[in-house]
Amino acid sequence: MSAPMPPPTTLEHARWERFKSKLGGWSLTTYGILAFAFLYLPIVILVIFSFNDSRSVSKWSGFTWAWYGKMFQDGQIMLSIWNSLFLAIVSTIIATVLGTLAALGLERYRFRGKTAVDSMFYLPVIIPDIAMAIMLLIFFNMSGIGFTPWKVNFFGARLAVPYSVIIGHVAFNTSFVAIVVRARLAQMDRTLEEAASDLYANAWQTFRRVTLPMLMPGIIGGALLAFTLSLDDFVITFFTSGAGFNTLPVRVFGMIKKGVTPKINAVSTLMLVVSLSLVVVSILISMRSGSEDSVTIGM
Amino acid sequence: MTERLRRHPELQAWLILAIPVIFLLIFFMAPLVIVFVYSFLERGKYGGVEWVFTLDNIRRVFDPLYFKTFVRSFYIAIVTTLVTLILGYPLAYFIAKSPPSRRNALVFALMIPFWTNFLIRTYAWLTLLRTHTGLINVTLMNWGIIDKPLPLYGNDFAIILGLVYGWLPVMVLPIYAALERLDESLLEAARDLYASSAKAFRRVTWPLSLPGVVAGSMLVFIPSLGAFVTPAILGGGKSLMIGNIISNQFLGAHDWPFGSALSMVMMIAMLIATLIYFRWTKKSEDVT
Repeated sequence: MSAPMPPPTTLEHARWERFKSKLGGWSLTTYGILAFAFLYLPIVILVIFSFNDSRSVSKWSGFTWAWYGKMFQDGQIMLSIWNSLFLAIVSTIIATVLGTLAALGLERYRFRGKTAVDSMFYLPVIIPDIAMAIMLLIFFNMSGIGFTPWKVNFFGARLAVPYSVIIGHVAFNTSFVAIVVRARLAQMDRTLEEAASDLYANAWQTFRRVTLPMLMPGIIGGALLAFTLSLDDFVITFFTSGAGFNTLPVRVFGMIKKGVTPKINAVSTLMLVVSLSLVVVSILISMRSGSEDSVTIGM
Repeated sequence: MTERLRRHPELQAWLILAIPVIFLLIFFMAPLVIVFVYSFLERGKYGGVEWVFTLDNIRRVFDPLYFKTFVRSFYIAIVTTLVTLILGYPLAYFIAKSPPSRRNALVFALMIPFWTNFLIRTYAWLTLLRTHTGLINVTLMNWGIIDKPLPLYGNDFAIILGLVYGWLPVMVLPIYAALERLDESLLEAARDLYASSAKAFRRVTWPLSLPGVVAGSMLVFIPSLGAFVTPAILGGGKSLMIGNIISNQFLGAHDWPFGSALSMVMMIAMLIATLIYFRWTKKSEDVT
């Protein structure tokens, strides 16, 4: 940008400045709209072509629900959906308990070796998932656990979910839950807890009646994050499951490798709807608890 | 017992932390150590290892055949980070400058694509970019704008585009957080002192948003360097990154020690790159 000639009068100068700032505002807004279009267009197109009345995902030939019907009739896809749900529920419950304990211990106490424990809880968040995946693969292969499945009847679906996958999911989710719960703990007002102990509540009563209820939005936020991450995970599941176990993302990856059809778009749209609903739930919860910060959980 | 606990908060802390710490020690730290040990062992016949010490795996990582992929992965990760920064900064600025009532909604609008499954977002680009059947090439050819399909798929361009798309929100968020906290009066002061808007940006806004830039860059760089899904889907089997080479050692080649060595070197390289980057931004912070 070359600097304009200095305007002769202050009036013109002021006008020029106003014009410049207006121009800046317009181009910024235009840019913002374009950037959001970039973020949303691929997803919108993906959804549109899930209704396409031909095998193509790039040429529109009319509206149909057929691909959704095909999806729900596909036994393997349905099984993988049940697998995903079961895995997400179990790993979320365990990770939420472990992560909350970790958050309480790390946020409320000082002790020797705290820095080391602290960094250990951040590592699973930072480490690339491919590295974590092969680490766990080697570990489970070496240890006696192997890829033994947990056979369970889940709402009528007969599932065989390897313990290795559940543990893998808990391993990365615990850290995320710990981070979210810690953030909530850090901004919590401690005077209420002090008041409780002044009124002769013992440590357990204080925790049960004061700390835990106040902490609940953080715990729920952490659990929702864990649930979403577990549903979304592909890499760690793919490597820690051994052969023959599919979650929905693993199944989708396999389908993509075989060829592109609107059926994949239909499955994708289903997953999109699920994650959108989870986002809406987390917004509602955070709105009710009145804290805006916990909304952007995950960061 | 409870009396002793009350007097020793350290004991209390360990009681609370025991289960999660033991869990992570067994299922995270132990695997990490095992990968390290595996990098120095010989490969077994059918996957697995022979317990014989060797430096061959580490040496092979630096074999031009594999090292080339390492360098390419670094190149892709750096370009991805730069492009995301260039696209993300103005977007963060746009959100920070919009009226306060609208900001939260915009942050949500930013995060919704991020909450969508990464695999699906990558697949969405696959349907757009594919050479002969991708939406972009098909549409452009139908409109007669081009007569030969553009090379949009199966190359570094496709991978970088996929990664930029995937990680843009995590670049924007910390920069936005830094810009939103920026004290408006500082900019007014700069203007009162006759700083041009460009100069005010360079001397006030940019340095104050630098922590956000650093955080965002790390959040984009690390997963980009270790990318597996994006090159597997958009690389078209030709364009690979280090993550794919690692996975091949476990899924195809059954060379676990070499795969371990590759991921060890990758993690160490990441650590070094992060340290250099922090040092460098610290220095430029001191200069401005």
